[in-house]
Amino acid sequence: MITAERKPLDEILALVGDNKKVLVAGCDTCVAICLTGGEKEAEILASELRIKAEQDGRDASVEHTAAIRQCEWEYLDMIAEKVADADIVVSMACGIGIQSMAEKFEPKLVVPGVNTNMLGMPQEHAVWLERCGACGDCVIGETAGICPVVRCSKSLMNGPCGGSHDGLCEVTGPEKEEIDCAWHLIWERLKTQGREDLMYVNRPPKNWSRSSSGGPRKMVREEAKPV
Amino acid sequence: MTATEYKAGTNLEKIFSEGKFAVTGECGPPKSADGSVIANKADMLKGSVDAVNITDNQTAVVRIASLPSAVTVQQHGVEAIMQMTCRDRNRLAIQADMLGAHTLGVHNILCLTGDHMSFGNHPEAKGVHDLDSINLIKMLKDMRDDKKFECGDEMDVPPKFYIGCAENPFGDPFEFRTMRLKKKIIAGADFMQTQCIFNVPKFKTWMEEVRAEGLHQEIKIMAGLTPLKGVGGARYMKNFVPGMDVPDEIVDRMAGVEKGPPSHAEGKKLAVEMIKELAEIEGVAGVHIMAVEWEEAVPEIVEMAGLLPRPAVA
Repeated sequence: MITAERKPLDEILALVGDNKKVLVAGCDTCVAICLTGGEKEAEILASELRIKAEQDGRDASVEHTAAIRQCEWEYLDMIAEKVADADIVVSMACGIGIQSMAEKFEPKLVVPGVNTNMLGMPQEHAVWLERCGACGDCVIGETAGICPVVRCSKSLMNGPCGGSHDGLCEVTGPEKEEIDCAWHLIWERLKTQGREDLMYVNRPPKNWSRSSSGGPRKMVREEAKPV
Repeated sequence: MTATEYKAGTNLEKIFSEGKFAVTGECGPPKSADGSVIANKADMLKGSVDAVNITDNQTAVVRIASLPSAVTVQQHGVEAIMQMTCRDRNRLAIQADMLGAHTLGVHNILCLTGDHMSFGNHPEAKGVHDLDSINLIKMLKDMRDDKKFECGDEMDVPPKFYIGCAENPFGDPFEFRTMRLKKKIIAGADFMQTQCIFNVPKFKTWMEEVRAEGLHQEIKIMAGLTPLKGVGGARYMKNFVPGMDVPDEIVDRMAGVEKGPPSHAEGKKLAVEMIKELAEIEGVAGVHIMAVEWEEAVPEIVEMAGLLPRPAVA
């Protein structure tokens, strides 16, 4: 799932500026599941903005709403009226949702209330781990289902670097969170599968043109287009 | 101006500071380890230009790196303008190379974003783009003037640079192009070379905007020019090079002469006419001649344009 973290209140306040009618728009899909930008969180942010305006003696009205998915046009129709009524929209969706809103409701001012940070997996309640870099050229069939592109700090393709120690990545510092060495994990899992030989393959440089390095990507499924 | 007042004291900087019309050329390093190619190009250009650009993996094709190539041309008596792009190096690598450039006597640096990998011979490469060209200009200025690395750490001995940038007066959105140049001036650029100009009237319009903003007084502007060898090159640039504006008159004129020597002569004649016209424009401080794989034409063009001998500056 796509995960995001809420921006600090001061940053949101700076983006909102002197606009009087503020709409905080949540999204009830990915960002709701990661407890950042669903309807509940939109309501909380709206309250914070309202309290702050009152404390500062500013005349501002702050409403909140949520779309089932901000990234799909048809769901945006359902909140169009509230958007039309606002001077500015603080979107709490991921970067995709925020841009859909800004495009759909142009020239309405739409600003982000969150920082979209990764394609993550919920490891336990309230903890998410990065699992996919959307590189467009998946290799995990050869790496025991563990992605070296985002789980190795250097995106190495041919096993661990010299900094791997006790199963940990060298980026793990004394005061930092422990980071597993992805290639250590790959090695261990390949062994349980009896596929260690995959570690001996010399892989060529990765084709990054299928990632964002190739320019903005577009996917078209011709067979799925309406006839 | 005394030596201590120069930013870097390069030949190019001195030419500008003495109010002389500058002429620069371009040298693309080879796609092999044959360094003699660079030396030969330097020999061809020596005496005809004040400095020569050394491209940095131009069009995203691997070549000898710009720093050693810059050192080679300087060993052959031509001052280098080392190009540095943001495509292949992050801020650590660029700053390291910049310190190295200073220690090796290379002080003119041209800051570029760099052509995208997809245009070159390694389209699968990961693009770095840690910085953009405006960040790069600012980083070099801070190293030079404030003795600071990008992170803010101080250094004992700062490098000296005369900082260049490029601009395409024909890029879109057209109304943003002057603003983009202004941003580069604010970041710290000392001189600017334009993309090849074929549409002189449009360039004049752009220069009017530049003058209206007073930018020509804040940065040395060099008009870029590519001599055409034949109609094929003109058509190629018109149709396949992004951001290039080649008017039909130019294509027609080149199409009207025979291939080979007559076409080469016409190309040189056209280049000379354009140099003379560009030099008349208020705010144009020099001309940058990009004779791609036709370096031998440069001395003749510069001479026909009445720009020889090149001024000697102390």
